Amino acid sequence: MIENLNLTADRIREYLEKGKRFDSRKVGEFRDISIECGISNKAEGSAKVKVGKTEVWAGVKMALAEPYADSPDKGNLMVSAELTPLSNSRYEYGPPKFDSIELGRLVDRGIRESGYIDFEKLCIEKGEKVWQVFVDVYSINDDGNLLDVAFIAALAALRHAKVPVYDKKEGKIDYDKPAKESMPLTENVPFNFSVYTCGGGIILDPTIDEESASEGRLVVAVIPKKPIQICSMQKSGEYSLVEEKFGEILDFIEDAHKTLFPKVQKLIDEAIKKAESAKK
Amino acid sequence: MAYTKRFDGRKFDETREIKAKVGVVPNADGSAMFAFGDTVAIAAVYGPKQLHPQHMQNPRKGILRVNYQMMSFSVSDRIRPGPSKRGTEISKISEWALDSATMLDDFPNNVVDVHIMIPQADASTRCAGINAASLALAHAGVPMKDLITSVSVGKMDKQLVVDVTKKEEDYEEGEGATDVAMSFLSQSGKLVHVQLDGKINTKELKEAFKMGREASKKIYEIQKETLKKIEKEN
Repeated sequence: MIENLNLTADRIREYLEKGKRFDSRKVGEFRDISIECGISNKAEGSAKVKVGKTEVWAGVKMALAEPYADSPDKGNLMVSAELTPLSNSRYEYGPPKFDSIELGRLVDRGIRESGYIDFEKLCIEKGEKVWQVFVDVYSINDDGNLLDVAFIAALAALRHAKVPVYDKKEGKIDYDKPAKESMPLTENVPFNFSVYTCGGGIILDPTIDEESASEGRLVVAVIPKKPIQICSMQKSGEYSLVEEKFGEILDFIEDAHKTLFPKVQKLIDEAIKKAESAKK
Repeated sequence: MAYTKRFDGRKFDETREIKAKVGVVPNADGSAMFAFGDTVAIAAVYGPKQLHPQHMQNPRKGILRVNYQMMSFSVSDRIRPGPSKRGTEISKISEWALDSATMLDDFPNNVVDVHIMIPQADASTRCAGINAASLALAHAGVPMKDLITSVSVGKMDKQLVVDVTKKEEDYEEGEGATDVAMSFLSQSGKLVHVQLDGKINTKELKEAFKMGREASKKIYEIQKETLKKIEKEN
C-alpha cells in the first residue's frame, strides 16, 4: 500500500517535470467548478461548492454579541472549519486537529484582512451590541485543495447571506420576519490560491494524490486591485523556497487570478439568482 | 383549540415530500441523502476496514460505528461545532437500530463507519439520518438482512400525526406536543428504535405505532426505488 502510494507520487512528480498532469490539466488550471447557494434555509446564507470531486459546504449564521473592547463600533467574524470523517477516511472525530484549525484560520485571515466585510455597518449600538458573523465550513468530499474550495464556499455563502431582523424592543433576533438586507460587503473581494510545490514544479488545485506528492504549499489571498494586492499569506509545510521560486509563484497567481476570479464571481452571481428565484 | 388541521395542510398520516438519492459522497464506499421536506440528512459509509486501535477489535464479528452530527447552520440558533450530548445519544441509538440489520459476522476485527450529517433541520432529523444511513449501507454493499426505515409520530393536543415538523413539535395548546421517533426492520416490522418525549396514554401510543408502521412501509418503497436507480445509472 505504502509502496504504491510512493510510486504514484514519484510518477506525479516525474510528469510535472515536463509540466504534465495525470488528468491533462495545465499546471495553473482548476478542475470544473460548480456552485449552489441556499443549501440550508436556517442559515443566513449558505453554499455548496464542487471543484472536481472536492466538495465543501459553508453556512453563515449571525448572532448578537458585545463588541471587542478595541473595536466598539464593529461587528465580529469567526470562521470555523471541520474536516469531517464523512469526507475522507483519513479524518477522525474528536477535537479539531491542526489541519482543520489551519484551514479555518486561513479562510478567516483572507476574508478579514481583505476588508471584504464592512464591519462598521454591522454595529447595532456602539460599545453595546454588534452582529457576530459565523462562517462554518464542512468538507463533504475531500479530493484535494480543500482550502481554496472552502474559501470559494465561504465567499458564496457571505454573498448569499441576509442580515436577520433585529427586534429592538425585545433586544433579540426575530426569525419570523423575513430578512431582506444583504450582508454589508465591499469591493475588496478576496480570492485564495494555494500554490503547491511538487517535484520542482508549481501547481494549482491539486487532486488528493498530487497533494500527497507535493512538498508544501504557499497560501496567498489577494484582492482585485490593479495590480492585484496580497492581503494574507502563509507558507505551510516543511519545505523551503528560493527567492526566484517565490517570485515565480507570485507571477503565477497574478496570471491565474485574471481568468479564475471573474469566472468564480459569475458562478456565484448565477447561483444566488437561482437560489432566489427558487425561493419565490 | 384542538389540532384539527396540520400547519402545512398535510393529512394526519402523510409524511412530508421525501427525497432520496445515493452516491452523494464519491470518496465513501456508500453514501446517500434522505430528506423529509426541509429536514435533510446525508450519510456516508466507510468500510468494512480494519479497526484501530487493536484493543477495540472484536475477533468474533465486525462492528458498526455511527456518528450523527448537525451542521452549525442547520437550525436558527447556531450550534457550536463539535461533540454534544444530544449528538452522542442519537449516534448510539442510530447504531443500535442499524446494527439489527447489518450482518458483520464475516468481518472479524473490522469496523464499518457510518457518518451522518444534517445540513438543514426541521425536526425528525434522527429519522432522516437513519433512513439515509440505511441507504448508504446498502449502497456500500454491506451485508444486510433488511433495510431500516425510521419515522416520527407526534401527538398535537389529542391528534396523532406522522412525520413531525419543528412547528408541530413546539405545539403548546391543549395537551401540548408529544414526539415518538421509531425505526423498524422494514419487512418484518420489528421495532429497533423508539424514543418518546411528551405525554401520551397507552391506547394512543398503540395507535401511534400503527401509524408509524404504515408510514414506514411507504418509506421502504421509496428506499427500494432509490437503490434500484443506481443500478440503472451504472
